[in-house]
Amino acid sequence: MCGIVGLFLKTEKHRPELGRLTAVMLHEMRSRGLDSAGFAVYDHGAPGRSRLTVLAEGQRPDWEPVREALERILNDAVDARPMRDHAVFETSGDSAAARQWIIENRPDLSVLSHGQQIELFKAVGDPDLVARRYELASRSGTHAIAHTRMATESAVTTNGSHPFVTGADTCLVHNGSLSNHSQLREQLIDKGESFQTLNDSEVAAGYLSWRLREGDTIDQALTRALTDLDGFYTFAIGIKNGFAILRDPIACKPAVIAETDDWVAMSSEFRAIAQLPGVDDAEVWEPEPARVYTWSLEGAPA
Amino acid sequence: MTVTTFDLASASLRDLNSTLHAAASGEFVVENPRGAHAVAAGINADLSVTINGPVGYYCAGMNQGGNVRVNGNASAGLAENIMSGRVHVSGSATMSAGATGHGGLVVVEGNAGSRCGISMKGVDIVVGGNVGHMSCFMGQSGNLVVLGDAGADLGDSLYEANIFVRGSVESLGSDCVEKDMGPEHRELVADLIARSGLDADSADFSRYGSARMLYNFHIDDIDAEAKGQI
Repeated sequence: MCGIVGLFLKTEKHRPELGRLTAVMLHEMRSRGLDSAGFAVYDHGAPGRSRLTVLAEGQRPDWEPVREALERILNDAVDARPMRDHAVFETSGDSAAARQWIIENRPDLSVLSHGQQIELFKAVGDPDLVARRYELASRSGTHAIAHTRMATESAVTTNGSHPFVTGADTCLVHNGSLSNHSQLREQLIDKGESFQTLNDSEVAAGYLSWRLREGDTIDQALTRALTDLDGFYTFAIGIKNGFAILRDPIACKPAVIAETDDWVAMSSEFRAIAQLPGVDDAEVWEPEPARVYTWSLEGAPA
Repeated sequence: MTVTTFDLASASLRDLNSTLHAAASGEFVVENPRGAHAVAAGINADLSVTINGPVGYYCAGMNQGGNVRVNGNASAGLAENIMSGRVHVSGSATMSAGATGHGGLVVVEGNAGSRCGISMKGVDIVVGGNVGHMSCFMGQSGNLVVLGDAGADLGDSLYEANIFVRGSVESLGSDCVEKDMGPEHRELVADLIARSGLDADSADFSRYGSARMLYNFHIDDIDAEAKGQI
């Protein structure tokens, strides 16, 4: 199984309660998987500022030495917002260099996300607990995707939890299983992608990361994925200023979309969407197989 | 007749379904289903159930008799394996509506998602809008009437179910072919549309059925061995 939710707020109206609405949706999907959960939330960000979400799995680390080291490397101020075993570092400096430094020098840490708009939290355990622990409900923003996991392809660990990052401000959640992930992982490693787990969904994330780096738009990358990914999948993908959905050509993994003037919501099951304000007036439909759906904030390219 | 109301904002789904299973007759109203699964599933008597709001998976599944109306949308597996009776949805349904149904009538006024009527075995399904891909896959008996368009691979590996589509068909599945629409077929479609409370002219429909080329059993072969043919 596994449960997916995505919420994209088209207008200001519900942005102060993005986190609360996402938490309510995630709660409804608990029955689809209690192994682990995660969420990515997006806001507008600040001009010239970028963020890294970093995980120290199983630790309660002292984040201050990490912050100081990043300031030294970047020669710029770095703010840290620790939250248990996660911390968000924010800087006007070169976040790619900061990410690279952590990957090369702190093997005990994982960079969960990087970009101008995204923050990403995940952990093993009950989705409600994960949402509470990382204060999902208090967050505001423009869009969010979240996942509850019932593990099939790899171990139940925080790093094996969704969402998986696919590049700056881009991440993916997956319901399904890929059958060619082993072969594809080898091919992507040859193309310069790196993987932290044996998880099939991380391969899908790496695939998108590779295509986006090669210059594909998200539409082009997902259209190509239909050819290159073999298996069952419903994906929800968070991108800068937007979000996307793709199902495989057979489409047996469930998905439903609802849209009003104020929001677009996607979930594995309608009961997650049934909790949203104004749902009675929403247009509701089942996304078609092998069709790329994208939404972006007005005036912002997806 | 008294009407019993269950408000699922406070009453439990199990209470609702237990009550429906124990009842021999009666009229029931369900409020605030909020996408709950298996609402009014397993009815086995001539009950009338009105559900005001969207339902989740397997609504009215396995029903034998009864008349279930959903004022809202339905998720996957609406009226799955229905034996008899009627299920009517005012909105749309996602995948596998009426799947494996043996009898009765399922009406979806809006669109039905993928695999509508998959492996249907005698149920009649009328969809006011479109149906998704692989609808009526391996359909064995019964009628699927679509007032809108049909998605890809309609009627793939079909046995003997009838498919009637008013709009376009994206593609026909393996062994599904267009067939002549005779007066008896127009009469059948007109009757199903009338019983569904929808409005369409049966003359506007095309009929699709099995080419029977995937059948590996031929009655003529039954004594082939005796005839020394194999």
